[in-house]
Amino acid sequence: MGFFNRNNKQKKSGFDAKSRLKLVLYSEHQGLPPETIEQIKTDIISVISKYVDVDIENFDIKISPDGKLAGSNGPALQANIPIREKKIKRI
Amino acid sequence: MGEVIVVTSGKGGVGKTTTTANVGTGLAKLDKKVVLIDMDIGLRNLDVVMGLENRIVYNLVDVIEQKCKINQAFIKVKGYSNFYLLPCAQTRDKTSVSPEQMKTLTDTLKKEFDYVILDCPAGIEQGFRNAIAGADRALIVTTPEVSAVRDADRIIGLLDANEVKQYDLIVNRLRMDMVKRGEMMSAEDVLEVLSINLIGIVPDDENIVVSTNTGTPLVGSDSLAGKAFMNICHRVIGEEVPFLDLNKKGGFFSKIFGKK
Repeated sequence: MGFFNRNNKQKKSGFDAKSRLKLVLYSEHQGLPPETIEQIKTDIISVISKYVDVDIENFDIKISPDGKLAGSNGPALQANIPIREKKIKRI
Repeated sequence: MGEVIVVTSGKGGVGKTTTTANVGTGLAKLDKKVVLIDMDIGLRNLDVVMGLENRIVYNLVDVIEQKCKINQAFIKVKGYSNFYLLPCAQTRDKTSVSPEQMKTLTDTLKKEFDYVILDCPAGIEQGFRNAIAGADRALIVTTPEVSAVRDADRIIGLLDANEVKQYDLIVNRLRMDMVKRGEMMSAEDVLEVLSINLIGIVPDDENIVVSTNTGTPLVGSDSLAGKAFMNICHRVIGEEVPFLDLNKKGGFFSKIFGKK
């Protein structure tokens, strides 16, 4: 099984190359290189942490060419910000 | 008025110098007046690829510093009536020349020649800026690898920003055997990522190494790379030429590509 999987994966390296390239060029064209995304992530965490306890480990932010899910016709920044429920502040 | 073409890539080692030598020689074979300029000051190589390394007297920096006339620095390529190399200095660096000086030089040369072809150094620093300063169009050379394609994308952005309006892509060193196995991006894949005009696909061909060994560009020869480069020359002068069918020549291909 492992052998087959590895073989299968090797066959797709050309495909991997294209999809990795598309993503890296996309973020470069948007002026949002990984460093900037990381900075945005840090900033969001610091803001939201004032109010809720953010699950930093599972925090994920990425730029996507297809922003339909976010209600955009163009690209979108997608952030998944899990919070630890028990620590939500009650007003 | 001729055209100033810069051959560029961003990444090193993808075949800029080989492309410059072959496209230049091919255009000369098509009876065009051609001058090649090596812009890789300090790391010159176009002279050896053209087999002209023993005939250098003056160089580009001498011309810029007015130590000689342009014609004195030209090396005539034997067998052609109007084909020259302007070599660059080996003991100087890219700061010996400015973009403004290069633009003045290429503006002068394109009055005399049909094609002024500049072999751009790798990188995006001053050597690149010197090479594109007077360029009317660019040939962007890439190989089907992530690093080369990413750099080509960056170069496209810089050409746009510097008003080099026409540029075409050459996908070099394509290995059809690997493409068929799905282990290499195809020319179509590269085009899809970069979305610019394709002007040539050059297969990986050991004859290129042989031609570099002897200093005789193989453009126009019967080899696949020789044919591919000649087709590029026809397209550069505006003719429509179909792309070589790299798939149909199974037997021939396995001979060329079968060895690792």
